[in-house]
Amino acid sequence: MKLNFDALIIGAGPAGLGAALSLKENGIDDILIVDREDSPGGILLQCIHNGFGLHRFKEELTGPEYAERDINLVRERNIDILLNTCALDIISEENHKTVVLLSEDKGLLRAKAKVVILAMGCRERNRGNIAIPGARPAGILTAGFAQKMMNMLGHPPGNEIVILGSGDIGLIMARRLSWEGARVKAVIEAQAYPGGLNRNIVQCLHDFDIPLYLSHTISNILGAKRIESVEVAPLDHGVPAKPEGRFSLACDTLLLSVGLIPENELSLKAGVILDPATRGAVVDANLMTSVEGIFACGNVLQVHDLADNVSEEAACCGKSAARYLVGERVKKREIPLKTGNLVRYVLPACAEVGKEVIVSFRPISPAQNVTLVIKTDTEELLRKKERKIFPSIMHRINLKQIPENAAYLEVSFVSEEK
Amino acid sequence: MKKELICINCPMGCSLEVTYDAEKIIEVKGNDCARGKDYAAKEIFHPERIVTTTVCVKGAPIVVLPVKTEKSVPKGLAFKIVQAASKITVNAPVKAGDVIIRNVLGTGVNLIASRTVERD
Ligand SMILES: Cc1cc2nc3c(=O)[nH]c(=O)nc-3n(C[C@H](O)[C@H](O)[C@H](O)COP(=O)(O)OP(=O)(O)OC[C@H]3O[C@@H](n4cnc5c(N)ncnc54)[C@H](O)[C@@H]3O)c2cc1C
Ligand code: SF4
Repeated sequence: MKLNFDALIIGAGPAGLGAALSLKENGIDDILIVDREDSPGGILLQCIHNGFGLHRFKEELTGPEYAERDINLVRERNIDILLNTCALDIISEENHKTVVLLSEDKGLLRAKAKVVILAMGCRERNRGNIAIPGARPAGILTAGFAQKMMNMLGHPPGNEIVILGSGDIGLIMARRLSWEGARVKAVIEAQAYPGGLNRNIVQCLHDFDIPLYLSHTISNILGAKRIESVEVAPLDHGVPAKPEGRFSLACDTLLLSVGLIPENELSLKAGVILDPATRGAVVDANLMTSVEGIFACGNVLQVHDLADNVSEEAACCGKSAARYLVGERVKKREIPLKTGNLVRYVLPACAEVGKEVIVSFRPISPAQNVTLVIKTDTEELLRKKERKIFPSIMHRINLKQIPENAAYLEVSFVSEEK
Repeated sequence: MKKELICINCPMGCSLEVTYDAEKIIEVKGNDCARGKDYAAKEIFHPERIVTTTVCVKGAPIVVLPVKTEKSVPKGLAFKIVQAASKITVNAPVKAGDVIIRNVLGTGVNLIASRTVERD
């Protein structure tokens, strides 16, 4: 087997597939995509609900349908995908990277590539990450794992369900389980507002009269072998109420839908610096990480809510990697991107003056009637009214040209009165 | 009559304030685009949803096949459609778009495969 490539892409979800298609379109043919699963498509294969592709295809597709479109394009363009193959390590050498791969058929391989694109997606936060007190019985699993069990293996996780966290995956699972005849008793959310999209609150909870307890948490888990009930406590400024204010819900299954974390163990090994706000790599405007020749896109870079945005980011990433490969490496002066009022993070970390940049950012909390302002130290580049903003909705703005004299760029949401 | 709705057509999730009588919508407030108005009319007089679920598949590397209704169907029928699908087993190969149940429950809408699977 050939073990020398221009570009090696780790992950065959929409990010990896999209980056490969874009590399090819920009003149790079020598590409290998690896994925540890036995089919390409990534997390989309288990997201059997509709709601994908509205922006990109102007159609409402299910996850597997969205994935299939990219998989077909990758096959038509003869781009190689090596499945059942896990990337274990990335080592920077003088003019290339060595990627250590463990393949089910081919054993341990050391592949060389001039550029590596990280497209490993994200994983779910679990009980260990959020520390819920109580017993450790069976029947507690992440919402995404329950989704995989049901939609890929055909096993419903239980009959009486409580969901902790109102992220979209948990909401989608509430509907899926209700349609299958399970009883979803409640969704418990610590924040004062839902974590998922409003549309999912309506079609996944309201449609089934499932109560959503905002500003509540699970203060105890009871059960011997299998979970039998949870104790729910209202939160007052983040502090659980006294025992008399708490109530109990019987259940045989607890699903955790408490957020996603970019899957960056491999990136860390490769020496890539991570941003504490996104938990993804710090990247420049070309989506290159702190390690020269390693790029990143998709959920491994920042958790996206729409696959469409992942594909768009992947296309940019493939294009910059292609430019890098043909030797366009001279950078213009770089300026930092800063977070202003109400902005949790901005990506990328820097931009080049005189060039185009797509900035992604999320608000810290929901707000109404604010103005989005993007400015440099000397001039305003964009001012836009936003009737409503939510942390669950990422903003992406294309700035055509950063002024040559700029010292920095700042993104903020300002209240209208000001 | 008045009703508060949340438009589910896109991630903005606009809060709609709908005024209506027995047969028609009188006014919709709060929609950021025209689709919000259509949504309000549909949601009040005949709410519909796309239904997605799985059926069993034999002779393939996977055991369950994702399926969906080709168009939206009356909301109240979703549960029955999922139950009907749960009794079905199909044989590989299947192509995305293949009809799994024609005219499911008399809705005039087909239940179709949403993933291609080869034979094992
Ligand atoms: C439950 C859920 C519901 C969603 N609902 C919607 C929706 O309704 N609409 C919408 O537009 N978007 C939705 N999204 C978002 C969208 O699906 C994701 O943002 C998108 O799939 C992320 O793509 P990705 O390629 O970055 O990651 P993934 O799809 O996760 O792909 C990453 C791939 O990398 C592989 N990999 C990881 N590590 C390694 C390694 N070391 N070696 C080899 N391979 C590796 C994995 O096996 C995987 O195949 C949803 C996401 C989830 C999780
Ligand atoms: S009214 Fe328009 S903008 Fe608002 S949620 Fe509906 S489709 Fe989206």
